[in-house]
Amino acid sequence: MSGKIVELTVNGRTVEEIVDPMEPLQSVLRNKLGNMATKTGCKQGGCGSCTVLVDGEPIVSCLLPAEAAVGTEITTLEGITPDDGLAPVQEAFRDHFAMQCGYCTPGMIMTAEALLERNPDPSRAEIEDAISGNVCRCTGYDPIVDAIEAASESMNGQGDDGA
Amino acid sequence: MKELRSVGTSVRRRDGDGHVTGQTEFVDDRSFPDLKHLHVVRSPVPHAEIEAVDTSQAEAVSGFVTALTHEDVPNNIYTILRLIDIGPNEEPLLAEERVRYQGEPIAAIVADTKRAAMEAASKVEVDLTELPAVFDVEEALEPDAPTLKEWGTNYFEYEGHECRRVRYGDVEKGFKEADHIIEERYQTSPIEQAPTETTAAIAKPESNGRFTVYTNTQALYFSLDNTAMIVDVPFSKLQFVGGTVGGGFGGKVDVIVEPLATLAAKKTGYPVQYKFTREEEMQVSSPRGAWRMYYKDGVTDDGEIVARQVTSYADAGAYNRHTPYAVTKHAANVGGPYDIPNAKFDCYCVYTTKQPSSAMRGFGVTPASFAVEGQMDKIADELGLDRWEVRFKNAYQNGDVTPHRKEVEDATLIETMQSAAEMVGRDLPPEYATMSSFKEQDNEGDSRV
Repeated sequence: MSGKIVELTVNGRTVEEIVDPMEPLQSVLRNKLGNMATKTGCKQGGCGSCTVLVDGEPIVSCLLPAEAAVGTEITTLEGITPDDGLAPVQEAFRDHFAMQCGYCTPGMIMTAEALLERNPDPSRAEIEDAISGNVCRCTGYDPIVDAIEAASESMNGQGDDGA
Repeated sequence: MKELRSVGTSVRRRDGDGHVTGQTEFVDDRSFPDLKHLHVVRSPVPHAEIEAVDTSQAEAVSGFVTALTHEDVPNNIYTILRLIDIGPNEEPLLAEERVRYQGEPIAAIVADTKRAAMEAASKVEVDLTELPAVFDVEEALEPDAPTLKEWGTNYFEYEGHECRRVRYGDVEKGFKEADHIIEERYQTSPIEQAPTETTAAIAKPESNGRFTVYTNTQALYFSLDNTAMIVDVPFSKLQFVGGTVGGGFGGKVDVIVEPLATLAAKKTGYPVQYKFTREEEMQVSSPRGAWRMYYKDGVTDDGEIVARQVTSYADAGAYNRHTPYAVTKHAANVGGPYDIPNAKFDCYCVYTTKQPSSAMRGFGVTPASFAVEGQMDKIADELGLDRWEVRFKNAYQNGDVTPHRKEVEDATLIETMQSAAEMVGRDLPPEYATMSSFKEQDNEGDSRV
């Protein structure tokens, strides 16, 4: 299989990488660039655990050929994590126990991040709609919706009455 | 004395920061130089004799490292509870002469990449002669059903009996004394646990002759024991690293990926990863089994159960895994949290040509509860009684003895129902609102209030 050199911009850094034809972005992020926060739940676009942002839009990176992401801004969970501490969404997920096993969490947080960027004050129904492509099998979705709601409030300066 | 103040407060999770930053290390987040990948060749049919396995075409695939068949397995017996002598030993790691379910492992390919392993696996030629399949628990017990087990039957034997039996009081006498006989057939479906992280392990040979095995098993020591016995290495040569599990729900209690990964690591000298694809997780990992249950209750005019007879069939699929144990749990629970004075329970663990079923959240008990509560509703409805009151009337209390002869010491049904009634705004008659799981000391016999 002949690889091809492409330029990808991941978390603000432009890198050159050899990718295989039709190699999913998810595989390049994990196996070649070491962004292990991008998980591997199904490799068929069904679970959302590999969600990253491409030009701010949440996409399942297992279905996007890496070559198709050339010229875009790719953001993984590593990219939204501050050098010190946590981003408001991350803090809200932690403090509202919006996870058990943690496997869906990175994808869930990326989806939440994209939602709050687009819609800083979403209703619960809008939050539920936004995360409908992200499967959680442990926690149930209520604490996740609570966390995203709390993150929205804290980002809008209304404080977080969570844990 | 140290003050303990955690109860009633929120305590931050130790692994919370790792989860929300994506830095928690799951099995396949670990990378090793020269990591090889394993993919399994599976039976395409539910029941067949294996005539021949030919891996020569697979060997030509670029990236191919090695192929494993049953001949490579030092001790080709996989029995989860073997270390504590719960057998029988009836499941091979890789099939030898026969396959008994669609998806049963026949061979394993190790290659440089997962893709190469999958491609090579698809080129392994397996010559099979199909045999009749059986998919229904009751059909599997018919005399003309294809026999799946070497011992000549399709059921697990409990102390010389064809089923797990419970006998208590005199059920026929109870039926005679009853005003009504309420019968029903209950059937549950298999349920896949569907963890978001699929079942996975990496086995890495170390320079001191040991193997480090990273795994997402829910049962680290079952896995270590079985791996040591199957691969034929002392327990001290294996170090298992686990605890980080991307969802399990019982689906990762069986020992599935560690023995093959370790065997492959031993044969090749490379670290080897064996991770289920989503298709494998759905199609061959062991789901919650399907159960069929026939209930017959003798009930008085006022809704008191005086006799219960249950015949139930657990669909174990092709191999035991944890089902014989689940059936025993089931037999202890088909009476439900109710006082049943006369009981006769026959609970079968039946083999069919389906993927083996096993643990999932209260397995064995969950189907029993489904049937028991269906039956309570049916009794109430057929007798024109209130569904709550039928349950209070029959609720067991501390000091009652269950059909499997366990004295009840920790009954909570009455208080649970009282709380539930309060939450849904249901007024209970005083006799039930003030009832307790603790019988009044000065009342004798079966007096309940």
